[in-house]
Amino acid sequence: MINRLPGYIISFFILVLLQVLVFNNIQFSGYVNPYVYILFIFMLPFETPGYMLLILAFIVGITIDLFSNTPGMHSFATVLMAFFRPSLLRAISPRDDYQPGTTPSLHDYGFAWYLKYTVTLTLIHHTALFFIEVYDFSYFFSTLWRIILSSVFTLIIIFITQLFVFKKNKRR
Amino acid sequence: MRNFLLFIYRNHFTFIFLILELVSFYLLVNYNSYHRATWISSSSKISGNIYNSYSNAAQYLTLEQINEELAKENAYLRSQLPSSFKDSKDYFSLVYDEHNKQQYTYRSARVINNSVNKHFNYITINKGSQNGIEKEMGVISAKGVVGIVKDVSEHYSSVISLLNTRLQISAKLKDKGFFGALGWNGVDYRYAWLNEIPIHALVTVGDVVVTSGYSAIFPEGILIGTVEEVKKEKGESFYKIKVRLSVDFKDLSYVEVISNNMKNEQLDLESTNND
Repeated sequence: MINRLPGYIISFFILVLLQVLVFNNIQFSGYVNPYVYILFIFMLPFETPGYMLLILAFIVGITIDLFSNTPGMHSFATVLMAFFRPSLLRAISPRDDYQPGTTPSLHDYGFAWYLKYTVTLTLIHHTALFFIEVYDFSYFFSTLWRIILSSVFTLIIIFITQLFVFKKNKRR
Repeated sequence: MRNFLLFIYRNHFTFIFLILELVSFYLLVNYNSYHRATWISSSSKISGNIYNSYSNAAQYLTLEQINEELAKENAYLRSQLPSSFKDSKDYFSLVYDEHNKQQYTYRSARVINNSVNKHFNYITINKGSQNGIEKEMGVISAKGVVGIVKDVSEHYSSVISLLNTRLQISAKLKDKGFFGALGWNGVDYRYAWLNEIPIHALVTVGDVVVTSGYSAIFPEGILIGTVEEVKKEKGESFYKIKVRLSVDFKDLSYVEVISNNMKNEQLDLESTNND
């Protein structure tokens, strides 16, 4: 657990910088806005205590807020997502439960499991985020469209990062 | 009491969740009010520095284009008022009133962060209170109106972009003089909407839309865009006019901040009207 800590700290900074400097600048037809930083919450180990999960989610969210001038918006959506993570993990747990020493990754639990896991959490996060951003239900369908397109984009990028993790573990 | 503490301990996950969501929500709502926590805006020191060094690096890739833009702007300014230049890099004056007292001062600044794809877009520029920039100053580029300064730190300022559904600018049709409120509807970064133009006005596609100069933030006659489409809804006595913005917000590198030296005089005088 402790020896994974530096890895998580580094990935925190990498994800925040990538989000702020690269993904916030992706503007494809005004709809697509990938928010890849939530991968940080996806990556956290199964045994992360609940309070830690929420606090980390808040820290990631508020850091992104700090850079995009939206105090409260990302932190709200990310904490909401983190809140649902434990119950989701329980709901989709494999038959022989989660093995110690594994992390929630494509490599450890396979494509179908990882797809269920990421799609649900991404949709929770993006729905909360985009509706808070609009602050108004009168643009319902345009917002819905943005949520769907952005989620697809976010998920594609998250799956690509998982392929890198896969390679690294195989070599060991 | 013991039971109560036990109850909290058992449900600490939900309680922490609620507390964090309340904090977020507080920040979110507070943000709408004028006196919001300014420490968190992108003009704060850390994020400002990171954006600054990023933009320093990224700028090398677009140097050619920026040079061209600056050269154009130079030519434009020179042709406008050759005599009003002072020999300084980022400080020159443009407009004089009849008593030869300088009313508007322009300071150039570089855009170090910008977005066009949110509902509330903001721009960060690399000049702050040390360079004489204050809240509520107008920001323009060589091509037209960009936004209004929202927050100022020592070295950076954040600007409410024209592409922010919370911003309304007083605008008028250049030839006809009818004025109205111009705002963005959050959809396409190339277009804004001009409202409150009465239907007896003759508006044609291609008409030039400029600032009205009524607001004490922008001088009169700064370009905003051209009329793209004129809509009249049944029973309304005002047009809804689609305006193609002259500024390309996706391609913004240098801007100028306008300070109106007689703003307080105008606002003081106008505030007496409310009594």
